[in-house]
Formats: sequence, C-alpha cells, structure tokens
Amino acid sequence: MRARYAIDNSVRYLLLFSALISIFIVFLIGLFTLREGWAAFRGIGLVQLLAGHVWRPGREEFGLLAMIAGSVLVTIGAVALGVPLALGGAVFLAEVAPRRARDLVRPAVELLAGIPSVVYGLFGMVVLVPLVRRIPVPGNTGYGLLSASIVLAVMILPTITNIAEDAIRAVPKEYKEGSLALGTTYWQTIVGVILPAARSGIVAAIILGLGRALGETMAMIMVIGNSVIIPRPLNANPLTLFLSQARTLTGNIAVEISYATGLHESALFATGVVLFVLIMLINSLARLLMRRRVS
Amino acid sequence: MYQRNRALIGVGLLILVLMVTVVACQSTPTKPAETTPASAPTGLSGSISVAGSTTVQPLAEKLAEAFNAQHPDVQIDVQGGGSSVGVKSAGQGTVDVGMASREVKQSELDEYPDLRVLTIARDGIAIVTHPDVPVDGLTKEQVKGIFAGDVTNWSEVDGPDKPIVIVAREEGSGTRAAFEEMVMGGEEGPAIADTAILQPSNGAVRTTVSTTPDSIGFLSFGYLDQSVKALAIDGVEATEANAASGAYPIVRPLNMMIKGEPSGVVKAWLDFILSDAGQAIVREEGYIAVK
Amino acid sequence: MRESRVVSLVTTRKKGRKANVSRRHLVQKLAFGFLWLTGLVVVAALLVVVGYVLLQGARVITPEFLLTPPRGGLSGEGGISTTIVTTLYLVPLTIGIATPLGVGAAVYLVEYAGEMQGNEGVLLRLVEVARFGVETLSGVPSIIFGLFGYALFVSALNFGFSLLSAALAGACLILPTIIRTTEEALRAVPRSYREGSLALGATQWQTIWGVVLPAALPGIITGVVLGVGRVVSETAVFYVTLGGSYKMPTSLLHGGRTMALHLYYLAMDTRAFDKAMGTGAILVLSIIAINAIINSLSRRLTLELKGG
Repeated sequence: MRARYAIDNSVRYLLLFSALISIFIVFLIGLFTLREGWAAFRGIGLVQLLAGHVWRPGREEFGLLAMIAGSVLVTIGAVALGVPLALGGAVFLAEVAPRRARDLVRPAVELLAGIPSVVYGLFGMVVLVPLVRRIPVPGNTGYGLLSASIVLAVMILPTITNIAEDAIRAVPKEYKEGSLALGTTYWQTIVGVILPAARSGIVAAIILGLGRALGETMAMIMVIGNSVIIPRPLNANPLTLFLSQARTLTGNIAVEISYATGLHESALFATGVVLFVLIMLINSLARLLMRRRVS
Repeated sequence: MYQRNRALIGVGLLILVLMVTVVACQSTPTKPAETTPASAPTGLSGSISVAGSTTVQPLAEKLAEAFNAQHPDVQIDVQGGGSSVGVKSAGQGTVDVGMASREVKQSELDEYPDLRVLTIARDGIAIVTHPDVPVDGLTKEQVKGIFAGDVTNWSEVDGPDKPIVIVAREEGSGTRAAFEEMVMGGEEGPAIADTAILQPSNGAVRTTVSTTPDSIGFLSFGYLDQSVKALAIDGVEATEANAASGAYPIVRPLNMMIKGEPSGVVKAWLDFILSDAGQAIVREEGYIAVK
Repeated sequence: MRESRVVSLVTTRKKGRKANVSRRHLVQKLAFGFLWLTGLVVVAALLVVVGYVLLQGARVITPEFLLTPPRGGLSGEGGISTTIVTTLYLVPLTIGIATPLGVGAAVYLVEYAGEMQGNEGVLLRLVEVARFGVETLSGVPSIIFGLFGYALFVSALNFGFSLLSAALAGACLILPTIIRTTEEALRAVPRSYREGSLALGATQWQTIWGVVLPAALPGIITGVVLGVGRVVSETAVFYVTLGGSYKMPTSLLHGGRTMALHLYYLAMDTRAFDKAMGTGAILVLSIIAINAIINSLSRRLTLELKGG
C-alpha cells in the first residue's frame, strides 16, 4: 500500500518535471541565442543593428533593416493574397459547404498543411519563378517578393482556415437563428452577425498566420533571390515593388550561418533574437485575442 | 467516405511496406561490395569527417569515393558548410579535415596555431552567363563594372539592350572572397552590387544563371557545364590549360586543413589525394593539379 | 385622392422591397459564388502542387531510384536510398525523445494540474509557467530551433553535425505538437472512467496508467504521427544540425541527409530537378499516408468515445 503511494508521488514529480521541460527549452533557446548574439548587440549596438541598412559582414557592417523590410513585405504580400482565400475557405467550410464538398475541401486543407516547405519551394522555383519572370518589367528576374508571397500564401492558408473555421463554429447557434428569424438572408447573417461575433478568433487566426509566414525559411531561400536590399519598385508603378528581390530574417540566418565566424556569426544569432522577439510579440497578441474570445 | 479512407490507408500501408523494403534491401547490397577481392587486402579502417567549402566538397566526395574503392572500411563523411566553417571546425577539432576554397587568413592562423594547411589543387573562377547571352568575352575591368553595379545593361559591353542580372555568392563564401580579391580589388575596391541575387552555393549559382535570362555570375571551374556559358577574360578562354599556364587571370588555391600532424586513416587519405591517382581525379574534375 | 396616394405609396414600397429582396438575394448568390470559388481554389492549389510534383516525380521513381545511394558529388546522380534510411533513423530517434516528455507533460497538465486546490499556490504558478512554455514553444519558428540546436548540441555539447544533435533539436520542435494533441485526447476521456477507477481504490497514477492513457491512446498516437509528419518534412532545423553528408550514418554521432534536406540540396545545388521532383513525390506520398493514418485514428477515437 505504502509502496503504491510512494510510486504515485514520485511519478507526480517526474511528470511535473516533463511539464516544465517546455519552459526550460524556451529558456535555453533564449539563453543560447542571446549569449551567442551578445557580442553583436554589444559590438554593433541595437540601434545600428536594427536601423542600419547595409549588411556587409566582410566589412564588418551589420544592419538588419533590409531583412526586416523583406520579412515584413513578403508577409504583407502573403496576407494580401492568402487571407481572403483562407477566410473564404473558413466561411465556406463552416457555413456554406454541403457535406460532400466539405469532405473534399477539409482533407485538402489538411494536406496543404502537411506538405513539406521544401516541396513548396521546389514548386516555386520550377513553376512560379519562370511564370513571374514573364511579367515584362525591366529588372524582373522572377525571384522576388511576388513569387515568395504566392508560395507563403498557400503555406499559411491552412493555419488561418482551421483556426478561423473553429472560431466561426464557436458562434452560438441562437445568434444565427435569431438573425435569420428577422428575415435577413443567410449571407446578411454571415456578414452582419456571425463574422462580427467570431471577430477576435478570426483576427487571432490571421495573426497566427502572420507568425507562420515570418518564420518560414527554406521555401523563402529558394524563391526570393536573397539579395540584401530594401525592396523598391522597379519602375514608376509602385506595384513593381513586389517584383524586387529581397531577403528575409530567416533566410539571412539559414543562408549565412554555415559561412559565419566571429562577429558575423554573432550577428546572425542576433538576427535570430530579433526574429524570436518579433514572433513572440505577434503570438502573444494572437493569444490575447483568443483568450478574450473564450471568456 | 469510409471507402475512400480505406483506400487512403491502403496507399499508406503500401508506402510503409515500400520503405521497409528499401531498408531491408539497403543493408544487403552493400555487404557483397565489401568483400570484393580487389578491396580485401588493405586492412585500413576508421572514419574521417570532412567539412567546409562547397567548392571543394564535390572534389572531396570524388576523392573519397576513389579512396573507398581501395579501402572500403574507411568511412569518409564529406559535409559542406563553407570555407570559414572548414577552417573553424578543423581548428577546433570538430572535424578531422577542413576544406577551404581560399587562402587561410592570417587572423585564422593566429587563432588556430596548430592548423596545417595543405593545397590539394588550384581552381579557376569562371565568369559565366546564361547560354543565350551573345557576349563571349569581357575584360576584367568590365566584369568589375558589372558586378559593382556601374554597368547595368548588356548594350554597354557590346551586347543586346537588356538589363544585366547579377548572380553572386554569399558573404563568407570562399569563391566570393577570391572573386572580390582578384576582380573587385579587395578591401579598397567596390563591393558587389546590392541588387545581386545571392545564392548559398556554387551549384545554386549555376542553377540560377542557367535558368535566368540575361544573367551573369561567377563559378568554380569544377562546376562548369553546358548549362552555362563561360566567358573569356581579357581574351583568354576559361580553360584548365590556360589556368595551369597562368594565362587565365582568376585562379585560387583549394586547401585542406588539419589540426596538428595527420596520422592513421587521415594521413592515408591525404597522401592518396596528393598521389598521382588522386591528382588525376583532380584533373578529371576540371581543377588544376598541384603536382 | 388621399386613398390613391396611400395605395401608390404602398405599391412603390412593395416594389422597392421586392427589388431590395431580389438585390439581397443577388448579393447572396454572388457572395456564395465567391465562397464556392475559394473552396475550389483551395482544392485546385492542392491538386496543382501535389499533381505536378507527383507527375514529374513519377518519371524518375523506379526501384533503382529508391534503392541506390546518391552519388557523384553535387552533380546529383544516383538515387535516394541513404536519405530514406537517414529519415527512418531520425524519425524514431526524435519521436523517442519527444514522446515520453510530451505525454508526461500533458498528463501532468490535464490530470494533476486540473484538480489543484487553492492551497497549492506555488504549484499552480508552476503549472501556469509550464502552460506558457508550451504555448511559446509552439510559436517558435523552426530556424530558431536550428540555431539553438547548432549553438547547444552541435557546438557547446560538441555532438557535432550528427543524428543526435538533429534528433534533440527536432524533439524540441515537435514537443508542443505532442503535448497539445495528448492534452486534447486526455480531456476527451470521460470523467466517469477516472471516478470509477478511483472508487475501486486505485491510486491516481494507477488510474492514469491503467484507465485514462489506454482510453486516450488513439489520440496520443495521432499526436505522435503528427510529429512524424513534421520530422519528415522539416528542413530548416536539420539544415543547420544534421550536416548534410549523404553517406549512410553508422552511429548517433554521424551526420546525414534526410529526404527533405536532399530535396533542398538537389534543387539548389544541382540541376537534377527531375530527381528533386522524384524525392518530392516520395515525400508527398509519405505525408498523404500519414494524414490517412491520422484520419482513421481520429475516427476511431470518436467512435470509441461515443460508446462504439
């Protein structure tokens, strides 16, 4: 009898230990990236690192502005292309689709989520880049923000669709029925009642999608061109901005980490810290919104 | 619905079975190879880890394959990582042999005083374009102008009226360092233009140049093939013979580094690389032999 | 006179309402058309990507492609056998590290933390910290896990570029996935199961081990299979921790190259796009298989809990 309780107690602490592993890993990640990046923060300075637009490790110039701009722009592009589709898909799955259509679309979304990012990257390289290259603008190489945004849009679609669909489904039935009883059409009910009621969940879905987009690495390296420039329009039309090459924060790390030594290596870890903080901020925002929905 | 899912599970099982078969078959064919009579008597065994320059990597892989043909019990792991990583990991002893496609810097030698540097081959850097670019040769000054971003249209170098697309290597790459040193004028010279597409390996540069119209890039000689066009520089064709004779202006050493004196299998492999057989492979792969 | 005005007013209003109604229905039709379109686009996107990769890949997939190792340096010759084996080594290794920790964490968070009293203040705070850890970890991008693995396992602990380093970093990556799915599975186990067992005099751990975990098993396996999927498709983490040598790894401290990593190297470093597509096709097929397994498991779980 006593042995049983002794086992019970020791297991309890063993399990508590495993429950605390995650936070320990988070702590270790913070510790190690900061420790390795510390030399860069000290030697270069936070302001110079964040606001400097020249990245030339060979000449000891480390500014991340171009990469920050690249990450932000490609994310904006992906959101602009992906969010309407993803939300449409969520509404479709939750409210409109007949069972048969749902049974086709839902596995499709799941599979889209599971496809390895290198496969998207390969598809982007082989199919999208040559397609984008056909847009007749001087300086357009096909590699750049547009190709990367399209690839990313497809990659964040499942994240947004899944969470947004859950949020829409969580809206109490009474809301919908009440609205329909007042004589509104189904669509008016969706736009006027269901979507506003699910708003915070939908926003959270989009923000989590943002986080996913900012964190994507390999597919980006393969299609974005990796040039260290702050993207700018190629001609008078401001939309040609998206034909410009760019580099993301994630790409900066992956592409250079194996070549880096000394301060350069440290600056890449600092890039990781910047990315980590950025994504933590975004995800906490999403979590805050989700919590509000629950309460 | 249930039917479809059953089919899906069927597909899944099939793949699993396939994978298991692969593993099962994997272990069988390697064994007979080990007992082939030609390779039996050496008795040399052990493992060598190699890392560093992606330029030296394919050559090292070939040299490892050839060495393995004689000494099948020696496991040689060749990994990329880049020249700086090659120097660092050899210096710290994380790998047995490091590879670098540039001279080892004085600062690195100061940091790792035990480092022994062995030049196993020399390599030309070719200036390559997309095969449809009708320009066949440039001067070194023109190349410098193009990569610095001062010359932006092929018409400025007697080509068609098309904007030039620059493809270059990452910061830290040995090929880039050698290119900057020998073409751009080193520390004092201009930097490579910001607008350049940057790729993380020679192979990626070759892929990009071969698939992007109007593009120009630089490549190790070992990577030249029909998919890209190598330009004559100052009127000298980018050939091995011209590089060996010193006529071709852009040539750099390919190095292997070890910590301390080599011994055992590492020494055997390095000796093999510098032997006639090893240097024949160097030549075969399009590099310049050192002996 | 007055009457006729009223009548006309009514009719115009009626007409207006009719017009309004039909306009509303038109808007609805258009909107639903758009929604159907999005559904179609999602399926089409999947079909285009998967179809393209599978069709292109089918041309190179032969038994020889699957059974010979890659060779010829970066010219991209040979098959993919060693990369399949490396993947098969790495998956159980990663899962083996992550599953006990992940399931343990979920059990604690659901079974123990759920019933804590107010007087266990310190523990409660610890639980909150643990939850925060899981949530944060699930949002960390994979390249950061790579950086971390590179700094800690590859360099600081001196495991080098190896299966061990990669498996440890990969385990950190899939830990939150396993914790979350296991938590869900445990929550779905009816309370009555636990009460019944406790009433029979079993300790809490005996209840968990003997009753709750078996009941939640399909859900837990779902989490593990999801983890398998992530390891198979992950590239960024292994790009900086696994080294990338395509030789067959012979020990935990040897580097290697997974299928996904091989695909990246083929696409970027060689021009063997056909082989890259072949590798991609095998990857996609594995993911399809993994999804099928998950679907059948989750159906079984719902059937069981409905009393099937």
